[in-house]
Amino acid sequence: MSTLLIAEQVLNGLQLGVTLFLMAAGLTLVFGVMGLINLAHGSLYMIGAFCCAFVSVETGSFLLGLVAGMAGAAIAGAVLEVVVMQRLYARDHLDQVLATFALILIASEGTRWVFGDVPLFLDVPQAFAGTVELVGGLTYSKYRLLIIFVGLVVALGLYWLIARTRLGMRIRAGESDREMIAALGVNIRLVYTIVFALGAALAGLAGSMVGALSSVQVGMGEPVLILAFVVIVIGGIGSIKGALIGAVLVGLVDTLGRVFLPSFFQLFMNSSDATTIGSSLASMAIYVVMAIVLAVRPQGLFPATGTSSA
Amino acid sequence: MTREFWVSVVVLVGLPVAAFIAHITGETYIINLLTRMIVLGLAGIGLNFALGYGGMVSFGHAAFFGLGAYVAGIAAFHAFDDSLIVSMPFELGGTNQMLLIWLIAIFLAAVLAFLIGLISLRTSGVYFIMITLAFAQMLYYFAISWPAYGGEDGLSIYLRNEFPGVQTDKAFSFFLLCFAILLLVLLLCWRFINARFGAALQGARMNALRLSSIGIAPFPVKLTAFVISAMIVALAGALYGELNGFVSPSNLSWHMSGELIIFVILGGVGRLVGPLIGAIVFVLLETYLGGLTDRWQFFLGLILLATVLFANGGIMGLIGGRTRHD
Repeated sequence: MSTLLIAEQVLNGLQLGVTLFLMAAGLTLVFGVMGLINLAHGSLYMIGAFCCAFVSVETGSFLLGLVAGMAGAAIAGAVLEVVVMQRLYARDHLDQVLATFALILIASEGTRWVFGDVPLFLDVPQAFAGTVELVGGLTYSKYRLLIIFVGLVVALGLYWLIARTRLGMRIRAGESDREMIAALGVNIRLVYTIVFALGAALAGLAGSMVGALSSVQVGMGEPVLILAFVVIVIGGIGSIKGALIGAVLVGLVDTLGRVFLPSFFQLFMNSSDATTIGSSLASMAIYVVMAIVLAVRPQGLFPATGTSSA
Repeated sequence: MTREFWVSVVVLVGLPVAAFIAHITGETYIINLLTRMIVLGLAGIGLNFALGYGGMVSFGHAAFFGLGAYVAGIAAFHAFDDSLIVSMPFELGGTNQMLLIWLIAIFLAAVLAFLIGLISLRTSGVYFIMITLAFAQMLYYFAISWPAYGGEDGLSIYLRNEFPGVQTDKAFSFFLLCFAILLLVLLLCWRFINARFGAALQGARMNALRLSSIGIAPFPVKLTAFVISAMIVALAGALYGELNGFVSPSNLSWHMSGELIIFVILGGVGRLVGPLIGAIVFVLLETYLGGLTDRWQFFLGLILLATVLFANGGIMGLIGGRTRHD
């Protein structure tokens, strides 16, 4: 096992982690501020990817596609929030789970209706095709590096938005006491819609960027959604910091587990058994991590403070 | 007698009558459809025990459903080619006896649910939903990546397993067998709910603090209900595997967990026969909407959304009147 391979896999894990963070940030914000558990977040990811693929192919510009992906998801999110989600804030989690599960069915079939059953293909932009040489002879995909960079920039931006701006102050206030902030004359409804659209835009960004690595198809959001839930549960629901750390943890455990668990088992059993057991365990690894975290700290690693609904 | 009681009676008499008519007219397809309703309804009733009465929103009951299905599948697989499931440290072969399969499925589900419940019930709210989902996903990915029993492709049950004195490969006989189990489970659930245990369970849902202040610890009560619920769902899973002659990881997927919740909500949370009605409506929609358009899930989604937003209490709540206080 060479150092180069380990370094490459760590970068892969980081790239997955950053993508998960983009998804998890929206989920955790929506839960923290509005107390809503939104299974349809994966559909927003998918909608973003489809908008991006469509616009990129039509205009030939990936950058325009990326903007379209974010805008499309944000608009879809805002519409969803106004039409459906607002009615769900006061409901219990069971109703929220079922209603947003229904939204997944609607969004998936609706997308299939519009774009057909065939996956769309989105090319990595020309400027970021190919690999780049990093320190110590390690070559790595430029595009994946771009994803990591964008994700980290978004994380910083979110931190700045929440901690340093007026809007962020209102979001935090809405998180701790909805009635009080409404009584102070802030239009809390609007803040909710903005938070939801912001989360949707991040999901759309993630979908657009990952869409170029794999194919853009119906149902692409579901595996990512479940991973993102694992992330926010590990990190502590409602906490952006928890989402970032949880996302990187899950990304690394998943990626490294798939690569190294089979070779680990090869140390003491024959090669085919080791591959079977190793890959089975690797696909379960993050859920095991989640179960352990919850068994030890039922509120996650960084429980958000001030949530009344959790 | 409440209206809910009479609605339940109509449903429970209507199903075998419909199956009997289908049997006389030779419509095997209809009988299988009715059996599907009963089996899925049974799973819904099992989930309702935890979700409706105990207030435990489990998003991972597919784990038990799939477990039951795989027990039936694996037992039949080894009985079919006469091979051993385990050779070390003791020898264990397959079986095609349904009774034995059910016992094993129920027992394994109880053990699994006990372990899952022990960890999950430490949490509540969204965390509970997510940790139960995580456990089900563990099993799902395990089933996909474990090649011995078909992995992603699933496992076929070529010959339906046997039950003493019943020709299980005949559609109507199998329907009656499933229906008898349904009645038995309903009776058991009804006894549980109206016993001291049921009162304690519903107390744990409404106000755990009050329950503990009158000297009953909520945790063991909830854990017991979670285990019972899983046992019922595993039995339904085993029947589902037999019915389709096929088990696959999709029996363990989170879509399955979602569908089980749909049966409960569509029919009415915390109503004994509610999930059966939910399953009946679901199968009808799936069959007839699916016959009209390939995009039936789109409309299913709309119907579900409308049910949640505007018809709180499900179908039983609409036609059976309100009885729940909380």
